[in-house]
Amino acid sequence: MKKNLLKNNGVQSLLASLACVVLGLLIGYIVLLFINPHGAGEAIAAVMKNFLNYSKSATQAKYLGNTLVKTAPLLLCALSILFSYKVGLFNIGAAGQYCAGVALSLYAALAWGWGWLPCMLLAMLGGMVLGAISGLLKSYCNVNEVISGIMLNWIVLYLTNMLLTTVKEDTSPYTFVLAHKNPSAVLPTLGLGSLFNGNQYVGLALPLSILAAVLVWVVLEKTRFGYELRATGNNKNAAKYCGMAEKRNIILTLVISGALAGMGAAMLYLTGYEQWQCSTSSVPGMGFNGIAAAFLGGLNPFGTILASFFIQHITAGGAYVDKTMYCAQISDLISSIIIYLCGFVLFMKYAMNAAISRREEKAALKEKERSETPPADANTEKGGDQ
Amino acid sequence: MVLLLQYTLTFASVLILVALGGCFSEHSGVINLGLEGVMIMGALGGALAMRYMPSGSSHFAMLMVVLLAAALMGLIYSSLLAVACINFKADQTIVGTALNMLGLAGATVIVKAINTAANPDDVSSTIQYAGAKKAFLVNIGSFEFSWFMLVTLILLIVSYVLLYKTRFGLRLMACGEHPQAANSVGISVYKMRWAGVLISGVLGGLGGIVFITAGVSEWRFEYGVAGFGFLSLAVMIFGQWKPTRIALAALLFGMFRALSNVYAGFEFLKAMNIPSPVYNMMPYIISLVVLAFTSKKSRAPKAEGIPYDKGQR
Repeated sequence: MKKNLLKNNGVQSLLASLACVVLGLLIGYIVLLFINPHGAGEAIAAVMKNFLNYSKSATQAKYLGNTLVKTAPLLLCALSILFSYKVGLFNIGAAGQYCAGVALSLYAALAWGWGWLPCMLLAMLGGMVLGAISGLLKSYCNVNEVISGIMLNWIVLYLTNMLLTTVKEDTSPYTFVLAHKNPSAVLPTLGLGSLFNGNQYVGLALPLSILAAVLVWVVLEKTRFGYELRATGNNKNAAKYCGMAEKRNIILTLVISGALAGMGAAMLYLTGYEQWQCSTSSVPGMGFNGIAAAFLGGLNPFGTILASFFIQHITAGGAYVDKTMYCAQISDLISSIIIYLCGFVLFMKYAMNAAISRREEKAALKEKERSETPPADANTEKGGDQ
Repeated sequence: MVLLLQYTLTFASVLILVALGGCFSEHSGVINLGLEGVMIMGALGGALAMRYMPSGSSHFAMLMVVLLAAALMGLIYSSLLAVACINFKADQTIVGTALNMLGLAGATVIVKAINTAANPDDVSSTIQYAGAKKAFLVNIGSFEFSWFMLVTLILLIVSYVLLYKTRFGLRLMACGEHPQAANSVGISVYKMRWAGVLISGVLGGLGGIVFITAGVSEWRFEYGVAGFGFLSLAVMIFGQWKPTRIALAALLFGMFRALSNVYAGFEFLKAMNIPSPVYNMMPYIISLVVLAFTSKKSRAPKAEGIPYDKGQR
């Protein structure tokens, strides 16, 4: 029998994600129409075009580079969410773990003059510690990881502001410029910047984050450790029954998740692309956008690479809407609608499978009717059943 | 000291309202993690009502319209959660989180659009309501009594009666404990869960408007509600899903939150010279510690978080 392409899980995920994107953009467009019907079409085009809003190809390359610079941390945050979700944990604390990464990597670079590698490792360590706290609370005290994650997010935000205030410029709320204060902490560019019209921020972060995606895939799908983790996620009690250390697995998962999110922070702030504003009053959105990227990517590390780029693409594109009519948050709105729609993915797959099996059943019935030549036989058999 | 009491009662009102919302939703079997977003939307509804009510309207009319607008916005917004989680069996954590982000982004976009339409140079996400806010306040000596405190108390009593003394409440709780059994005796689980989520939307929306009128007379919607939706869930867990205990827990948490507003008024706290961010962190730290000690013997509704599937009966 011919294998139906639509039955393939990967294809279904792809179709469902595309449906989410299209619907998300459509709803975003309708919202724009409500705000001001005159510029809605242009605005949604501006969001989708992002760096293509510039006409010169050199400028385009430069701004594509900027989008990629922020895609790397987003990808790592998304991987952090993905990794824990595969183990049945929802690591909303990624935002705080990311924040801790910012605090530690910038402080080590600016106050102690460390090089980029130790700064990055310290950022990962910060994320790991936070993840471990959530994990310990979850496995030993039965505290929901979502609630402990949110609480830690706010605590870490205030701590970050306190810590980084000691290394900020006197006249502004921003931390020192990394390249002036400590050039050794800037991530090496590996010559990648020249591909993007001399964009000095593009560099090691990009290959490192893609490597992380590959590693996450290998660990989850190809190792015994990953198998145990996924088994714990599917059924904690069954895993325990099979002799897997389910408490240890929960903690380890959140520690690894935390490391990924913390590394994401280092990948952005150690390029010098952004400085931390010490009066920040809300937890950075990178960790939350990571949720969007992870689910849009169908919870597959490779899909997540594409989804991270797309989410960052429209987030950056929000800056190009006509500010006299709309605001840049329209892209946040679209990505949150996309996450909401991702909640329906399971249902979409179910509907697809149901439609396929119905069609197959019909085809099989027809086949049967054709092969069963004496119809009288079939009738008696049916009667016997009843 | 009076100021501390006033702020404690105000923040406790917010926490009680929202935690009761979470309580109704969870007793029906749906975890409403989107309460933060519901609060923002309720706050938006109330703030817009304050903005558009004519300034001459009576205090009573103002209070009623604002409460109604906030409750209605919360109700409508929470139906997004209900339809996804009950009818389409979506993952409640994802949808709740999406609603939080959607609430923040949506409210910001709406307020900015309104501000920019009124004045093209105004790109802020702030709504001011200094005049309208006076309708909610009565000065008793130096204590600023807010009608919201009374509303909260009434709703607390109503919630208690509704949950424990009426047929509706008991049926609602049955759907959160064992939906299959509830269904087998003819209770419609879907309807009950819808009711639970919608009530949580109303209460969450009211909590939102109380939160943004606490102590300030304008609100920047980009800020959201600073994790209060989640603090309320912590209060609910600490209160073991019971209205009376929730009220006590909310008073405790409200006091710690109030301290960050008024600590400068206490000589001995000022003398300790603790930086102000520490006070801001306090409610979150306390809730983590409290959760660590109380979650172990949790009395959470047994079937919460699990979509109800008729086929599994």
